[in-house]
Amino acid sequence: MADPRPVTANLFTLGPEGPRLITGRCAACGRPHFPAAAVCPYCGADGCTEERAGPAARLWLWTAVTTSPPGYRGPVPYGFGIVELDGGLRLVTRLTEARPERLHAGQAMRLVATPVHTDDDGHPVLSYAFAPEDA
Amino acid sequence: MRPVYVTGVGLHPFGRFADLGVTALGIHAVRAALAEAEVGRGGFQAAFCGTVYSGVAAGHKVLTALGLSGVPIVNVEAGCASGGAALILGAQQVAAGVHDTVLVFGMEKMPRGMIRSSFFEPWREEAGLSPNPAYFALRAQRLMRESGVTLADLAAVSVKNHRHGADNPYAMYRKPLTAEEVLASPVVCEPLRLLMLCAPNEGAAAVVLSARPRGPRPVRVAAAQLRSHLPGSVLGEHTPLAGLDDAGLATPTELAARAAWEQAGLGPGDLHVVELQDTDAGREILSAEELGLCPRGGGGDWVRRGGGTMGSQLPVNPSGGLLSKGEPLGASALGQIVELTWQLRGTAGPRQVENARVALGHTVGRGANACVVVLSA
Repeated sequence: MADPRPVTANLFTLGPEGPRLITGRCAACGRPHFPAAAVCPYCGADGCTEERAGPAARLWLWTAVTTSPPGYRGPVPYGFGIVELDGGLRLVTRLTEARPERLHAGQAMRLVATPVHTDDDGHPVLSYAFAPEDA
Repeated sequence: MRPVYVTGVGLHPFGRFADLGVTALGIHAVRAALAEAEVGRGGFQAAFCGTVYSGVAAGHKVLTALGLSGVPIVNVEAGCASGGAALILGAQQVAAGVHDTVLVFGMEKMPRGMIRSSFFEPWREEAGLSPNPAYFALRAQRLMRESGVTLADLAAVSVKNHRHGADNPYAMYRKPLTAEEVLASPVVCEPLRLLMLCAPNEGAAAVVLSARPRGPRPVRVAAAQLRSHLPGSVLGEHTPLAGLDDAGLATPTELAARAAWEQAGLGPGDLHVVELQDTDAGREILSAEELGLCPRGGGGDWVRRGGGTMGSQLPVNPSGGLLSKGEPLGASALGQIVELTWQLRGTAGPRQVENARVALGHTVGRGANACVVVLSA
């Protein structure tokens, strides 16, 4: 099987310590954003710097997607929600848990890199996702 | 600024029309509006067409087919608020004295199923981070947590709008539903059931705006405002991948509504009838909160007190809303204006809200854009 590839570049890193998100922080207003960008999406200032974030987060909102949205070739159902990282950045993300009744507000979550599907060249395609800490 | 009047309206039913192209839908609505306004070639000086999925120069094709080209024609895309954005541009031209009469129309022929949007990068679709109903579901869950909304309340909104839509010959779904039927329909994205979501579909609407009133009960555009989102929030129609705590951050609808109240010199307490964005049952409740029809956080209580039902103090979506009519993106906002014009003229038939003199239309969508229009008679 071919090597896994990230769904797109510059979202997350894969290291021996596990995946980390590539976030940005504005030098002018100090606020964090994602994906990392040169221009701050909140105040428009140049000169943002990259940081690494995760793996810990808390669950804010969640649901499960039960039918495939256009352009998506992975399995359904899949979990979908918003988690909050330390420092207050809220992130739209896949969740590894697709049963909403097994999740609760404030639940401790952990960043993972999960295969979404296998592309036409045989590469498993990885996305960032969050898993319940106790799973 | 000069007053702006609605002097003609036209509507093609919202639904599925396999034998009609989008140009034919547009022609139907435009001809009806121009005929009512008694305006032909030379009778309007500019045209604005709201549409999202109709391709290059879509509005031009409609007016070309009718021999009405020659005037400036501008196609306007602002997601679900496209028709509202077109209306605002037209109203500003009339108010400023640039033109005396302007044609505004909107039309759409949506693919079936979940909306595909070039708004999302291909990788975001590939990762499963682009499904509209999932974002609606997160917003509904937040309402359940912060506004005391229950699953039964979400069902009640759908039941109300489908009951209203049963009286609307222009709606796609005209069968009343019970709460049991809504709750038993398939879960699309928890907590939202299939019958709590509107269907993308096809349709067209047109409005003639003029500096001169027409008819026995002229309808005036008292305010027309469009706003986009402020940066910072993670949950909104701008659907970013990340954001921050949004406490105290005004939404596009709140911004547009504030501006509209200021422009009209009116407030929510002056309204007699409202057509607002109900792409899902939760969106209707959130819209009611954002527009000040009930307190922020009071959405669940508003539903349980019968808020928005016909016969209540302030009927909401007497047309049946998008839940009954379906949503042809470019046409939906102007479809509201057509319905509200009929309401203010007293010609809405079985859907008539008694003695309606002030009306509000609201759309919000991808971008994010929110449009608030206040009409008075």
